[in-house]
Parts: sequence; structure tokens; C-alpha cells
Amino acid sequence: MDIVEELLKGNRLALSRAITAIENEYDEAMDIMKKLYPHTGHAFVLGITGPPGAGKSTLTDKLARAYRAQGKTVGIIAIDPTSPFTGGAILGDRIRMNGLTMDEGVFIRSMGTRGSLGGLSHKTADAVKAMDAFGKDIIFVETVGVGQSEVDIVKAADTTMVVLIPGMGDDIQAIKAGILEIGDVFTINKADHDGADKLVREMNMMLDLDGLMTDWRPPIQKVIASQNEGITETIENIEKHFKYISENGILTKRRTERSKNEMLDVLHSNIGSYITNKLVETGKMDEYVEQIKARETDPYTVVSNVMKDMLK
Amino acid sequence: MAKVRVLVAKPGLDGHDRGAKVVARALRDAGFEVIYTGLRQTPEQIAEAALQEDVNVVAMSILSGAHPHLFPKVVNLIREKGMDDVLIIGGGVIPETDIPALKEAGIAEVFTPGTPTGDIVDFIKANVK
Ligand SMILES: Nc1nc2c(ncn2[C@@H]2O[C@H](COP(=O)(O)OP(=O)(O)O)[C@@H](O)[C@H]2O)c(=O)[nH]1
Ligand SMILES: [Mg+2]
Repeated sequence: MDIVEELLKGNRLALSRAITAIENEYDEAMDIMKKLYPHTGHAFVLGITGPPGAGKSTLTDKLARAYRAQGKTVGIIAIDPTSPFTGGAILGDRIRMNGLTMDEGVFIRSMGTRGSLGGLSHKTADAVKAMDAFGKDIIFVETVGVGQSEVDIVKAADTTMVVLIPGMGDDIQAIKAGILEIGDVFTINKADHDGADKLVREMNMMLDLDGLMTDWRPPIQKVIASQNEGITETIENIEKHFKYISENGILTKRRTERSKNEMLDVLHSNIGSYITNKLVETGKMDEYVEQIKARETDPYTVVSNVMKDMLK
Repeated sequence: MAKVRVLVAKPGLDGHDRGAKVVARALRDAGFEVIYTGLRQTPEQIAEAALQEDVNVVAMSILSGAHPHLFPKVVNLIREKGMDDVLIIGGGVIPETDIPALKEAGIAEVFTPGTPTGDIVDFIKANVK
């Protein structure tokens, strides 16, 4: 099967195989991405992040249905943590989205974080591109947590939604720096639980205090995802944000930044592995390591010399 | 850096998935990526999820007695989608006498209650493509 040709024709197995090549870093992945790249840049990418159990997958399911009702096609990338001890993972997001499986306009792919976070954000961005080239109108990227890793992943997103729930107590204080920075729209899910209004007040206070605030005031919407309540309003918020970033040049700026990061990512990883491979092949690697260990030289000097040698 | 990806699915209408969850955890602990889809999946849903997730293995469990019909149906749907290499295994309450027909239909191995989860892991490791 010619993966690229078939993918562009709308073959779902080809899309699936392309994402596998990306995830597993198969040699053919770079060639696939080269050929898909001209066909990308059309999809709207929505990042959804928040603590485990906040209802991100349930919400994704409901939002996807709403977009489908508008006639848009949907791609979903759902990322769950890989166990650092066993390397295994249980990817359970599909449980909340079973009703979408038989809809030909929806494609859902689960991914494990698999170790290196830098690698993950790169792979996620490429998987998004594969779905984009396939022709998806909207691509959801669901990730757990609100740490640095998620910040990197949401760089692939045009709009980022942060999902919080009542009763997180002090957690919200601990994560607030991160969420203020990345949230374009906020969803307070499980509004059927006590404390939703209090959380909305706290969030508003945090946004008031946020010195970096721009013209965009992130809206805060109460939602009961499991009962499909607040979904229409959430979509309105997402669309308002998209309109805002489109009209203010922010979208263009974000996409320029993204193109630059994509190039730098590829540059760093290719040059890094080129040099590493050369050092290993020539046996220099072990030699240098021994010299550094014996304090005869240092990593900085070694790298300067290696670069002078190899990148002439 | 390929990882073995396993879809753990419960076709049919029977009501609980404790066994499937135990298997899912054992497979995770063996280093596999387990895609868990929950209860009451139709064969069509299982096959489509297997395609979207590009899994190497589909592991199904049935307690209700519907295996003679549902297991072969899933095998056929998956093969129809062009996924020839997917290893498909089954488990649950399955009489010994039904096993030859299931294997004939393309179920690579059948695990009956009481099988140590380690045997399932070993079987997958030995047979996955
Ligand atoms: N009470 C209540 N439960 C919800 C709501 N939304 C989702 N849930 C439940 O919360 C649990 C976790 O949901 P899930 O979507 O898997 O969360 P995720 O880990 O953030 O993706 C599930 O049992 C959902 O049914 C809600 O609005 N209210
Ligand atoms: Mg989830």
C-alpha cells in the first residue's frame, strides 16, 4: 500500500498506518511527512487539557458530536500516560467515545506518552498533520495534566481549552500558573457537583490578577459534559476565540512560530543524530567519554571540536 | 521503537468486565499499549477501533455464550479491512468442544477462565507480527 497516496484518497487504514510510522519513528515517517506537508494547514486544532478524570474525553465526545451535526469532519488524538516502570499503558479514552466509532466522519487515535516528552510533542504535531492532510476539519488533541509537557503539546493547537472540576482544593493553586498561561477558554466541568460557582469565582479572581492579560479575556463556562449541558456555549466560546485570533493576527503569528519550531525540531534531531552516529561509528564516542571522565577535557571543548570537524 | 498495541474488547451484551480489566492490566504491566474500549461492543465497532488504533492484537472476552457467532464475525470484519497480520485471541466461558471451530475461524488461541495472565502475555509475545 502506498500510504501517502491512499491516505490522500481517504483510506482510513492508510491514515492509521501513517500515524503508526510517526509514533514508532519508522524510517519511512520522514518521507511520509514530506509528501503530506503540502496538504496540511487546513484543519482547526483544538487542544483539551486538564487533570485526570476531569471529563476531557466525555467533553471531547460531546463537542465532536456537535461539530458533526454542523457537517464538519473530526479527528481526535487522545494521549494518556505511559507507565515509566513497565513502558506499558492503558489507553481508555475511547470508552467515552464509543458512540463515534461507527461515524465515518470521525477518526480517533489513542497514544501513550512513551518516554521522551520532546519526542511526544513532535509526534503529536505530525499525527495532527496526518489527520489534517486526510481532510479533517477539526482535530482535537486531548492530554492529561497542566505541566510543561502539556504546554509543549498544545503548541500544536490553535485554541487550547483547559478543563477543571470543583473540589480540586489546593490543586488549583498549584497549577494556576500553568493554566493561566495556556488556557484560551476554560471549562468548569461536573457543574452538577458542589463548588462549581466557587471555582468560577476563583478562576475569575486569578484572571483579574493576571498581569499579562491581553485583550482576550478567557471565558469560563460551567458544563455538565455527561448530560450534554453547556456544550453549545462551549462551542461558542471556542469559535469566539478562533475569530479573535484570526482577526488580530495572532493565529498567523502562532502558525509562523509553529513553522519555525517544526523546522528547528527537525534540524536539532537530524543534526544531533547525524553527529551522534558519526561519533559512534568512528569509535570516538567512547574515547571522548573516557577523556571527559578523566577530566582531561570537558563536554564543551569536545563538542566545539566535533562541530568544527564535522560541520565545515 | 515499535510497541505492541492490543485492543481489549468485550463484544456482546454480558454485563461486567472485571476479567477483561484484569487482562488489560496484566498486558500493560508486560509493557504493551492497551486500548480499552469497555463493555457491549458490536463486532463492527471492534473492527473499526482496531483499524483506527492500528493494533497488533485484538483480545476479546465473552461470558454470555455468544462466542460461536461473535468471534468469527470480528475476525472476518478485521480481515475485510485489510488487516491481515492482526493476532486475534479470545477468552471467557468457552466450552472445550467449541475451541476447534473458533480456531478454524481464525481465533489464534482461546483462553478459558483460570488461565494465568502470564500465559496470555507469553502467547502474544511469541505470536505477534
Ligand atoms: N458528575 C459528572 N460526571 C462526569 C461529567 N463529565 C464526565 N463525568 C464522568 O467523569 C469520569 C471521567 O471522565 P473522562 O471523560 O474519562 O475524564 P478524563 O480523564 O478527563 O478524560 C467518567 O466516569 C465520566 O462519566 C459531569 O459533567 N458530571
Ligand atoms: Mg480521557
